[in-house]
Amino acid sequence: MKILVTLKRVVDYNVRVRVKSDGSGVETDGVKMSINPFDEIALEEALRIKERGDAEEVVVASIGAADVQQQLRTGLAMGADRALHVETESAPQPLTAARILLKLVEREEPGIVFLGKQAIDDDCNQTGQMLAALWDRPQATFASKVELSDGKASVTREVDAGLETIQVDLPAVLTSDLRLNEPRFVKLPEIMKAKRKPLDIIALDELGIEDAVDHQISDFQPPPKRAGGKILESAGELVDELKNKGLL
Amino acid sequence: MSRILIIAEHDGKNLDPSVAKTLKGALDVGIDDIDIAVFAESPDPVAGQAARLEGVSRVLTLADEDFAHPLAAKLAPEIARLGADYSHVFMPSTMYGKDVLPRAAALMGVNMVSEIQEVIDKNSFRRPIYAGNAIVKVTVPEGETVVGTIRQASFSAAGEGGGEAPIEAVEPSADRPDHTRFVNVETGGGDGPDLATSPRVVSGGRAMGSSEGFKVIYQFAEKLGAAVGASRAAVDAGYVPNELQVGQTGKIIAPELYFAVGISGAIQHLTGIKDAGTIVAINKDAEAPIFEVADYGLVGDLFEILPEIESHL
Ligand SMILES: Cc1cc2nc3c(=O)[nH]c(=O)nc-3n(C[C@H](O)[C@H](O)[C@H](O)COP(=O)(O)OP(=O)(O)OC[C@H]3O[C@@H](n4cnc5c(N)ncnc54)[C@H](O)[C@@H]3O)c2cc1C
Repeated sequence: MKILVTLKRVVDYNVRVRVKSDGSGVETDGVKMSINPFDEIALEEALRIKERGDAEEVVVASIGAADVQQQLRTGLAMGADRALHVETESAPQPLTAARILLKLVEREEPGIVFLGKQAIDDDCNQTGQMLAALWDRPQATFASKVELSDGKASVTREVDAGLETIQVDLPAVLTSDLRLNEPRFVKLPEIMKAKRKPLDIIALDELGIEDAVDHQISDFQPPPKRAGGKILESAGELVDELKNKGLL
Repeated sequence: MSRILIIAEHDGKNLDPSVAKTLKGALDVGIDDIDIAVFAESPDPVAGQAARLEGVSRVLTLADEDFAHPLAAKLAPEIARLGADYSHVFMPSTMYGKDVLPRAAALMGVNMVSEIQEVIDKNSFRRPIYAGNAIVKVTVPEGETVVGTIRQASFSAAGEGGGEAPIEAVEPSADRPDHTRFVNVETGGGDGPDLATSPRVVSGGRAMGSSEGFKVIYQFAEKLGAAVGASRAAVDAGYVPNELQVGQTGKIIAPELYFAVGISGAIQHLTGIKDAGTIVAINKDAEAPIFEVADYGLVGDLFEILPEIESHL
């Protein structure tokens, strides 16, 4: 079985993202970029599945400009076998991203497509579900545990009530939640080795994607600031303050 | 055709409180033709509750044993079929809505708006991105169906008692796949108030040190009649179950009173409480970022401070 893992290049989660003063977007110049943390977890899980002998090949894919190859190389250094770069200067919205991924799925015929449950830039949490719909295959989102047997996956999902387990037939789309695993650190020799692993570049036009109607995103604003509060000296003072406000 | 469809969340018996908030968001759109669809094995009890919400035009029931559990693969084709007759399709931005609605949107061939926090007009909305570090306006082009999830913490609940909206049974007719099966759901138990809706919440962080240590939070919350929450660090460490996580990837809440106890105040946690009324932080580190957003702060050891507060209650 082959596992296809998507890696989105995003602003690193440690960066304090700032809105540009003209409201046209957020500052990304000179900002550290990384693999979306949820995608990194998805890749780690795919690698573990392969290391257990339940998959033969792990392929990583990313959509974007040339610089996404940095994240693909990191994915290869983590242990993926090869990489696919769908090249485009545009930033596709989830439906278009799902349509692009469907084309890759048709070419690669993976048993599992593993995505992060959301990307920490647009926080959409849609692409995996959309891909599963277009592919007409099962989805198991927000996975915190994955077990494979007999062409099926038993997936424990983090839902509002607690932990839900569903069983899906493969091929299927899985999306990772935070507690699925802790991704490995990349070691230097692996980074060197990764440079020699295959990375195919595919022009977006080559895929023949049907255009989706994009939503218009505008008027970026910083979140309203909470008025700073005060440091109190004692527990008694706190209780008085809360009582005065009618909160206790 | 200006009509709104809301897909109800429920547990088979009770309508989830998120539905009344989703309805409030839908009312803000300014279209007064709003239907609520209830998918269930036996939808009647839930449909009855939905029909009493103020501003609902009709409640549609779709009964089938396939709908006994909330499986996106079973629900999405039917939602997409129904949605074709509406200008807007909404679900609450709960894990349920997040799982199901994108699948339906893709079947309808449209993009989706996640986590609507404000309705500007019938085609434009505001939503947070980058863990709430930026708020953007999203405009859905004229003529496209608006499909979106509505953030509970940003809307009050629509009232009850507007009368009884008519309930109509609809025969499910979309093809449903067999490739997905429900196995079970485990809830962490805990019979305190519901974290998503409680007006008071006490959350503990990594500083609690163990599940044993976290009991201090449960006791304190019980004294206050508050729900219990947690930071990701506390959940990851196994002190409490996952459904208690507050933040970007957990629950987004807006209680009147929030206690952050031994929580540093990472942006991913803060995004979950930005709409809270009053925030109280207890942390031994006076420089902890949580104090930048807290209305009241106490600097010191939480294991000494919590009993002191209790003694004044
Ligand atoms: C993609 C992504 C998503 C995330 N989503 C979430 C999310 O949804 N929710 C979330 O919470 N986090 C989330 N996180 C994690 C987040 O970045 C922080 O790591 C986490 O919130 C830290 O939890 P904490 O404050 O409990 O722990 P810490 O940051 O370790 O803070 C512990 C605090 O306790 C204080 N302390 C220690 N001992 C005592 C004592 N005896 N008395 C008083 N104070 C004490 C310390 O001074 C410190 O400030 C996410 C991270 C990523 C990368």
